Amino acid sequence: MGFMNLFKHFLGNQILGNSWGVHPDDHKRPAADAAVRKLPIPPRLHLMLSQHVGAPSRPVVLVGQQVKKGELIAAAQGNISAPLHASTSGVISAIGEITAPHASGLTGMAISIDADGEDAWIETVVPADPFALSADEIAKRVAAAGVVGLGGATFPSSVKLNLGRRSNIDTLIMNGSECEPYLSCDDRLMRDKAASIVAGIRLMLISTGAKCAKVGIEDNKPEAIEAMREAAAGFPEIGIFPVPARYPMGSDRQLIVELTGREVPSDARAADVGVIVHNVGTAYAVQQAVCLGRPLVTRLMTLNGGAVAEPGNYEVPLGTLVSDLVAFAGGTRSEPAKLVMGGPMMGTILPHTRVPVIKGTSGILLLDAAEVAESEPDACIRCGSCVKACPMGLLPLEMSAHIRNDDMDGAVDLGLSDCIACGCCAYVCPSHIPLVQYFYHAKGDLYARERGKLRTEATKKLALQRQDRLAREAREKAEVAAKRKAEREAAAAAKAAAEAAAKEKQGESA
Amino acid sequence: MTIASLTAPPIASPHAHGGNTVSRTMFRVQMALVPATLFGFWLYGWPSVFMWMLTMLSCLGFEALSLKLMGRTRIKATLLDGSALLTAWLLALTLPPWAPWWVAVVGGFIAIVIGKQVFGGVGQNVFNPAMVARVALLVSFPLPLTQWVMPLPMTSIAAPDFVQGLRIFLTSLPMPDAMASASLLGYTKTEMSRGIDLLQSLGGDHGALISWLGARSGSFGESASLLILGGGIYMLIAGIITWHTPVAVLAGLAIPAAIGHAVDPAHYLSASTHLLSGAAMLGAFFIATDYVTSPNTWAGQLVFGLGIGFLTWVIRSFGGYPEGMAFAVLLMNALTPVIDRFVKPRILGRDRKGKPLSIPEKEA
Repeated sequence: MGFMNLFKHFLGNQILGNSWGVHPDDHKRPAADAAVRKLPIPPRLHLMLSQHVGAPSRPVVLVGQQVKKGELIAAAQGNISAPLHASTSGVISAIGEITAPHASGLTGMAISIDADGEDAWIETVVPADPFALSADEIAKRVAAAGVVGLGGATFPSSVKLNLGRRSNIDTLIMNGSECEPYLSCDDRLMRDKAASIVAGIRLMLISTGAKCAKVGIEDNKPEAIEAMREAAAGFPEIGIFPVPARYPMGSDRQLIVELTGREVPSDARAADVGVIVHNVGTAYAVQQAVCLGRPLVTRLMTLNGGAVAEPGNYEVPLGTLVSDLVAFAGGTRSEPAKLVMGGPMMGTILPHTRVPVIKGTSGILLLDAAEVAESEPDACIRCGSCVKACPMGLLPLEMSAHIRNDDMDGAVDLGLSDCIACGCCAYVCPSHIPLVQYFYHAKGDLYARERGKLRTEATKKLALQRQDRLAREAREKAEVAAKRKAEREAAAAAKAAAEAAAKEKQGESA
Repeated sequence: MTIASLTAPPIASPHAHGGNTVSRTMFRVQMALVPATLFGFWLYGWPSVFMWMLTMLSCLGFEALSLKLMGRTRIKATLLDGSALLTAWLLALTLPPWAPWWVAVVGGFIAIVIGKQVFGGVGQNVFNPAMVARVALLVSFPLPLTQWVMPLPMTSIAAPDFVQGLRIFLTSLPMPDAMASASLLGYTKTEMSRGIDLLQSLGGDHGALISWLGARSGSFGESASLLILGGGIYMLIAGIITWHTPVAVLAGLAIPAAIGHAVDPAHYLSASTHLLSGAAMLGAFFIATDYVTSPNTWAGQLVFGLGIGFLTWVIRSFGGYPEGMAFAVLLMNALTPVIDRFVKPRILGRDRKGKPLSIPEKEA
């Protein structure tokens, strides 16, 4: 088996040139091996209204209102959205702006709760047998609990469950690969809560209508694989599949190829080839929501990086400020050079630590100067490392050359829209060219241009309509004038005729 | 550049780096050249040491001058990235070991200024700078560029000492006949032109062993095929190059050579002779694998390598020059943009033409 894997690896990488991805130092241990610590409820929590893909949720509480833990504080609006629940009991102290967890440092709307320290749960409704619920009912409960994709994508999970059922999928893929370095919250969750995750997977199987579930776990997490195998032993429809540790194995398109051999067409969704991908953390949240009636109000996340005093995994109420978390974890060991939310490969940098934890926060990294290893970019030497690393089969060096010359169409022709921004190209670039920054820039530019085009078209349409209207009005005016003139003339002619007739009459009579 | 988000310090991910740098890569390629170079020093004595040193110095000097004239910032960082030194090193290896001083200087000028900086510096050149210099020198100064010296190991009595070596290097006196020799490819070509076919000129065994070890006349760094091969294998293992280009070059050379030799051994050298002579090994592992001037997909590299190998064989067998590697590399360099245009990797989720894959029909 091991030999065959090695052979396959060699065949794939060396002979066929199929060497996508990179093998970064994973930095997962010792954080992954430390027991999970529960963060005490901080005095004030800030729950962002927009912490999922889709429309922001709409507040349904007033300032000064008492709330219990798990109580609905903002409702979903629109088809793709998620509700928000109080992550502890207390008083709504403000509904206002706070710095969003985003590199820009811009603000976003949030509901602030002053904790009362009791952390009292709202009364929850627990079904007698959650596995007897209908597919639709499970999706409804998942939606009501505000569960979103916890791998970081934060797409509302119920939408995906319903989509799976509608498009007749056959396989549910559970993503436990956790390919980002430094992060180990999924690993920890699989080790500690394997039974709950398996229950969540069973519920998701019912809800999506899939026949089997395949859990992909990178082979650098033997403990998690072991725990999951044990928990799934009684359920033949759930298979645990170790996958090679290789970044970005956790990207859905790559994981689908690895586990099913199917390739998702570039303009299609995973459901179109009969699969749906969910994160293992989401399965746990689904189990909590359906079996215990508990909405998503806390999440497990990793605090890691060279500057962190006590790296490890922490169970954190949503809305906790990063500064509170860092303080609880013993503060910093050295001056952090970069503050990152998410993993080092795809995470975003944060402007400061006074930003709240959201549903998609899988980790907070305080990287020290040695880990960041910033370097000034050199010229591209066309070494092709990026081409070898790109998991999508793109030509990052060619795309960046086009973007540098402001030739966005050229970059699009080369497949810019297929770029998943995984960062493999920039990671291997010997010239330290910030390729992903180029691609973000180009995508932003294209988006702006698309918007501009739509606006120009709309303006043009309005202008044309105005011209039409003016022309029509002028025409109508002219017509009316002509009609009046004709009427006047006709009247004048009639009058003249009458007068002439009268004259004649007078003449006759005279 | 005017676009702010392209020049601003990067904020986008990734926030980690694999640690590879341009200078590290260049340094490791140079390390791979060390054994063959040291062997060359031993084989050809002090004049070759001076030739190598002056080529390195002149390339570095012309690089610094060009950067200064072009008003580049970060001159020191660019000089230290090792690209000019690597070009110089490769050029020196392909020159006759006793080439006079001005060959080194002119060679450095052509390689760096005309071969590289005129195109815009590192990463921008279309042609391999070392090969541009080598070909320009060969065409312009055929005589000093084809003066091969017999190997006179440093330990032998006839070998020039330091002062003598310096005199040979600086004065470019005609070489005494006793020391002059011809390379195997040159010798057979001359004999053929005189109507003496290979069967007679080579007279049986011509010593593959000597070719492997390199104690024969030829360019300064090319004669020891074994050491070049060793350096190439080191680069393969270190992941600096992949096997595609070198194997394709060697196959492109060996396959037609084997066929030709089988058909007419009197006029076509054997595959092993081709592979072990001239710049075949150096070209396959060090010249054709140049990042800048070769295609950037593995399939493109196979096409590129086969082209170089085949053209080398054609020029060696039918052309006016005994050795054709440099010409073949330049010709294929010119084709690199075309190869890159037509040979692209398949994008995941799309077919070879770039159309999205069709969505499979589902059984309800």
